[in-house]
Amino acid sequence: MLQNILQEIGIENYIFLATALFCVGIFGVLYRRNAIVVFMSIEIMLNAVNLLLVAFSTYHQDAAGQVFVFFSMAVAAAEVAIGLAILVAIYRNLKSIDIDDLRNLKG
Amino acid sequence: MDSTLVLILLLSPFIGFLSNIFFGKSLSKNLSGTIGTIAVGISFVVSVILFNKVLQSGKGITVHFFDWLELFNFKVGFSFLLDQLSLLWLLFVTGIGTLIHLYSISYMHDDENLHKFFSYLNLFVFFMITLVAGSNLLIMFIGWEGVGLCSYLLIGFWYKNQNYNDAAKKAFIMNRIGDLGFLAGIFIIGYLFNSLDYLTIKQVLASGGFVDLGWLAFATLCLFIGATGKSAQLPLYTWLPDAMAGPTPVSALIHAATMVTAGIFMVTRLNFLFELTPAVLNVIAIIGALTALIAAFIALVQNDIKKVLAYSTVSQLGLMFLALGLGAYEVAVFHVVTHAFFKACLFLGSGSVIHAMGGEQDMRYMGGLKSHMKTTYITFLISTLAISGIFPLSGFFSKDEILLVAFHENKVLWVIASLASIMTAFYMFRLLYLTFFGKFRGSEEQKHHLHESPSLMTFPLIVLAILAAVGGLISLPGNSWLNHYLEPIFIGSRPHHAVDSTAYMLMGVATVGALIGIFLAYSKYIKKGELPAKDKEVTGFAKVLHNKFYVDEIYTAIIVKPIYALGDFFKAVVEVAIAAIVFGTGKVANLLSDQGRTLQNGSVGLYLFVFVLGFSTIVYYLFLA
Repeated sequence: MLQNILQEIGIENYIFLATALFCVGIFGVLYRRNAIVVFMSIEIMLNAVNLLLVAFSTYHQDAAGQVFVFFSMAVAAAEVAIGLAILVAIYRNLKSIDIDDLRNLKG
Repeated sequence: MDSTLVLILLLSPFIGFLSNIFFGKSLSKNLSGTIGTIAVGISFVVSVILFNKVLQSGKGITVHFFDWLELFNFKVGFSFLLDQLSLLWLLFVTGIGTLIHLYSISYMHDDENLHKFFSYLNLFVFFMITLVAGSNLLIMFIGWEGVGLCSYLLIGFWYKNQNYNDAAKKAFIMNRIGDLGFLAGIFIIGYLFNSLDYLTIKQVLASGGFVDLGWLAFATLCLFIGATGKSAQLPLYTWLPDAMAGPTPVSALIHAATMVTAGIFMVTRLNFLFELTPAVLNVIAIIGALTALIAAFIALVQNDIKKVLAYSTVSQLGLMFLALGLGAYEVAVFHVVTHAFFKACLFLGSGSVIHAMGGEQDMRYMGGLKSHMKTTYITFLISTLAISGIFPLSGFFSKDEILLVAFHENKVLWVIASLASIMTAFYMFRLLYLTFFGKFRGSEEQKHHLHESPSLMTFPLIVLAILAAVGGLISLPGNSWLNHYLEPIFIGSRPHHAVDSTAYMLMGVATVGALIGIFLAYSKYIKKGELPAKDKEVTGFAKVLHNKFYVDEIYTAIIVKPIYALGDFFKAVVEVAIAAIVFGTGKVANLLSDQGRTLQNGSVGLYLFVFVLGFSTIVYYLFLA
């Protein structure tokens, strides 16, 4: 049945979609100044990759790819928790989450 | 049994060194002196026991502890050889060493670093035993370097005086020049014989093994260069007179009786090698004779009591090398032994005088000490007669044998050696007259202070004076115990000079020569009551002598100055150029990194942009290009 899905919608479409999502993520990261939006864009990029993994996993009839995705989603959840916590801490200190205000890392 | 004895022999002074250097500060002064003395005393007792053993069995004892180096079939063992030669040396090193330690307890009593003094002395004895008792050249080299180190430490013992430090450095550097030769000699011998062991080499030669004589001559010459450094011969002798900066017991032990004879020991030890290279032996004889003459000349006009004795030591060592060069090793050894007795006594006597004078060493401010210091005077007189070669004291026999050999081998060298011994009689009696006769010329305060030294100091003087008097008995002409005793260390039988009319004639000539020297000194300093001129008023040839033939100045001009000039050149040109290159590189790196720094401006947006750009570039080149 899984084969059928790929027959109805070709693998190349999944690749295009993933690429499009990834690029959207990149542009979000580059153009937005709000740290939360940047963060969301990164998540979009991550999920674009997840999507690609799942698609290829089906294409190759190999469940390992899908297992990887589960792992990556679990790790992403943890990462989101830490990332948001950092953002909260930043907001408490600076009253702003505009990344242009975060210039303390200057060398 | 033997290995235990050898261990005690070696380790006793070493333990003395350790205990004094680590715990000496908390020990009382007498105790640290006593520890030092007993440590060497034990070694002396062990030496006597071993000596008796070898004397009875007539065979050397070899003690092998472990294999030290093993390179393919080249082996160096950590082992010791106690045969006739090394035991003879051990006896007088540890024996005189004990006496001098005893003397130092009293002489150095007021010094704040007394424990250091004794630890260095003990370390010296340890290294000297290593040098003498080692069974191969590498062990000898350990001792050779070790005694050099101790010599350096003890010359500069009163380190607060910069001149003394300079003297110590001079001694060390001069010795290093010689040591380089010594080391080169060891390497060549190792290459030629595939072994550094004396007995192995001797066996190879005794069984008629083939040796490349050209290389061997080079090796023995290198070894002799080592000997000129350690035993203060031309051209490396200038350190010894300066070494008198050290405390007087050090001068007596290291710079008169023991360490400076290491060169003679080494040549005698390797007699079978030197015997094969007659050209090198000739060089040794000539250098020895010249050293004897030149040092005796310089000694004629010195005014520092210890400097006279120092030049006298150089001169006597020259005579010993003359004997070595003429192949008469036993005679050289005989003179080493008698010289150790009377020169140690003379140095300790001068120490006693300096002690009484409150540190004054210039003979022009002494005089008339005879009545104040009876024991010192009498022992000094005996030793002076001995070194001048007056019958029947020890110096007469040993010096006479050297002259006899020289007369048989080479008349020119005989004349030089005779001149040197006439001068010896002159300058030694000059020393005696200026110090002990006439009127006292020092200050009132010093006169008030004059006293005989304590018995701890006079006892070693008496013992040494007795030895200096009777030491000649070990090798009487015609019936020499020493020659017979030393026979096993040579290959084959030794030539013997019969005691004929020539020998008696030479004895007569030598005695007359000595008496002439004494008479000249008597008429000049007692009859006319002359005093050596002040430093600035010295003229003519005496001035050349007073300035020691300007040897130090010549060395400064031809060696030290060019080296300084080279150093200045490196500093002014090469160092500047290298600095420019190094600093230039640094500057470029700085400039680049300053530019790079501005990139890291803290803008997260920029970082992300650069990150994406970089990532895209990697992806492009990896997958798409």
